[in-house]
Amino acid sequence: MQAVHKYLGARPRLTLVLLAALLVILPFVVGAGLGNSWVRVLDFVLLYVLLALGLNIVVGYAGLLDLGYIAFYALGAYLYAWLASPHFGLHLPFWAVLPLGAALAGMFGVLLGAPTLRLRGDYLAIVTLGFGEIIRIFMNNLNAPFNLTNGPQGMNLIDPVSIGGVSLGRSLRVFGFTLPSTYLYYYLFLAATLLVIVIAMRLQDSRIGRAWAALREDEVAAAAMGINTRNVKLLAFAMGATFGGLAGGLFAAFQGFISPESFNLWESILVLCMIVLGGMGNIPGVILGAVLLTVIPEALRYLGDLQRATLGHVVVDPADLRMLLFGVALVAMMLFRPAGLLPSRQRKREFSAQDGVAEQEQADLYDARA
Amino acid sequence: MDIFTQQLINGLVLGSIYALVALGYTMVYGILELINFAHGEVTMIGAMVALTVIGVLMGVAPDLPGLMVVFGGLLIAIPACMALAFGIEKIAYRPLRRAPRLAPLITAIGVSIILQNLAMLVWGRQYVSFPPILPRGQHEILGAHITDLQIFIVVLSFSLMAGLWLLVERTRLGRAMRATAQSREVAELMGVNVDRVISATFVIGAAIAAIAGVMVSAYYGLAHYYMGFMLGLKAFSAAVLGGIGNIAGAMLGGLLLGVIEALGAGYIGDITGGFLGSHYQDVFAFFVLILVLVFRPSGLLGERVASRA
Repeated sequence: MQAVHKYLGARPRLTLVLLAALLVILPFVVGAGLGNSWVRVLDFVLLYVLLALGLNIVVGYAGLLDLGYIAFYALGAYLYAWLASPHFGLHLPFWAVLPLGAALAGMFGVLLGAPTLRLRGDYLAIVTLGFGEIIRIFMNNLNAPFNLTNGPQGMNLIDPVSIGGVSLGRSLRVFGFTLPSTYLYYYLFLAATLLVIVIAMRLQDSRIGRAWAALREDEVAAAAMGINTRNVKLLAFAMGATFGGLAGGLFAAFQGFISPESFNLWESILVLCMIVLGGMGNIPGVILGAVLLTVIPEALRYLGDLQRATLGHVVVDPADLRMLLFGVALVAMMLFRPAGLLPSRQRKREFSAQDGVAEQEQADLYDARA
Repeated sequence: MDIFTQQLINGLVLGSIYALVALGYTMVYGILELINFAHGEVTMIGAMVALTVIGVLMGVAPDLPGLMVVFGGLLIAIPACMALAFGIEKIAYRPLRRAPRLAPLITAIGVSIILQNLAMLVWGRQYVSFPPILPRGQHEILGAHITDLQIFIVVLSFSLMAGLWLLVERTRLGRAMRATAQSREVAELMGVNVDRVISATFVIGAAIAAIAGVMVSAYYGLAHYYMGFMLGLKAFSAAVLGGIGNIAGAMLGGLLLGVIEALGAGYIGDITGGFLGSHYQDVFAFFVLILVLVFRPSGLLGERVASRA
């Protein structure tokens, strides 16, 4: 229960109830206030939260810089498409396909991790980046000699998730309410996200989580303390990849269409930005980062309206300006909070410690005694 | 025509361009341990500025020889890129020098996005073509063709690399750079103006990048606001392949990556019995990169740094 107190403050039960209520009514509030397209954005926010939490295990917990994370997302998505679309004529149910996708991604995580065990820091970054590109290029080209991925055209008509005969791909009428597909997926993604948050929280405070932290801070010292660095590293890769694969399967089912374009290097970089910007290693920070970096580009779509309102006509095409301002926001936020928007306690300490290591260590000592 | 020699020549030309861009990555990394993601975009800006100047010059003085026109473009593009890199370092990296290691990486990515989209606003989404004003002679060596432009690119690249080598090994500034790379604190105590050395590193890298950008656009005959991304990626891979932080390593890595790519594109079909075509060229390059790093975890010429606490 310590973890719960850490995040929810002095009155965890009340906070939890309020938070749960907010999350349940959120799509209705957003749908009524901003229109249904924003509920779709909300769904993507949750998908990115899933991805960011997965990458956070690899980068934030274990300190392994991974620039090819989106490959696992791609594997999960493609496996879902293979097993539940007209492409091979297979239509397996989602509860069978999703775990398979997650397992496949996890397996590839180990496959990537095994040869890279000796690599450090940025050498690892470039190898993972290469791995991500290799997967994408294969997806892009495996329409010949036999058609596995349908190449750059991508695969469509992927089955939506259906639970107990109710397809989430169509609107659902309950008690006179009509719930559009995006609302239904919101609740599914919310459930998946909550599950992953709980797992990530429990992992962080577990023996494995502490082993990851030790590995991140000093690999040699960790090995000297009896940590099997090989297994612990592989586990970090596998866990991170599993979450990525899960998110990929959900993405494929939600979108109904996937193509290699969705899994390019920029996506990996974007997810990395989310966790660094939000506060690496800290779950609320990572969630905040994912929310911000998904919502900001969407909000910037209104730039056209803004120009019309203030200047009378559209001066610069908002589509062109959108990414520019996104870049500016990224730089500005990072300059403003170099340790991330919500840094973990440990990182905050490290960051301030640079100015007065001795005093800080003294203070920590008192902390430990108290 | 001998395919092997031909691909070797193509690879060397491309590789020498990669090597030039890789130098910028590796110098910055050696001193700051920062992946300067925006470096590829600086290369792109160099190409774009030069092309604009070339266009203007051709309009103003149509009788000027092609080589002079391109030289004129470089004359503007190089200082423009130097100023740009100076500004980037000052605004986006310097305030974060004591921040956690990944923070400047994110601002670098941010700057990269900004430059890409600025370029898109200024020069548009379409390809800008490089006017055919350079001499287009062709020679035959060992059954393969080599153009004047290719010879020019290789010769200029190697002279630039030699020049940089001299700068780093023989001059006062070079000594200061090496000292800063070894230990910023101690260099500072010895009276090295570390801030100025870091600025100089960025500026020198950018000047070389501008030249490389013009070379690439001349070689392929076009430039595009997105060209810096892939080029930067390849160059960074080259720097890692050679051992990041190591100047000779960047040169070797760049040349090797170019040759591997060209040979891979030429032979991958034969190797795999037609299963994989030449669009797997990048896979091949990355695969070799991974393979090399598995056996030599700190790159070809990288020092085996003993890990210390």
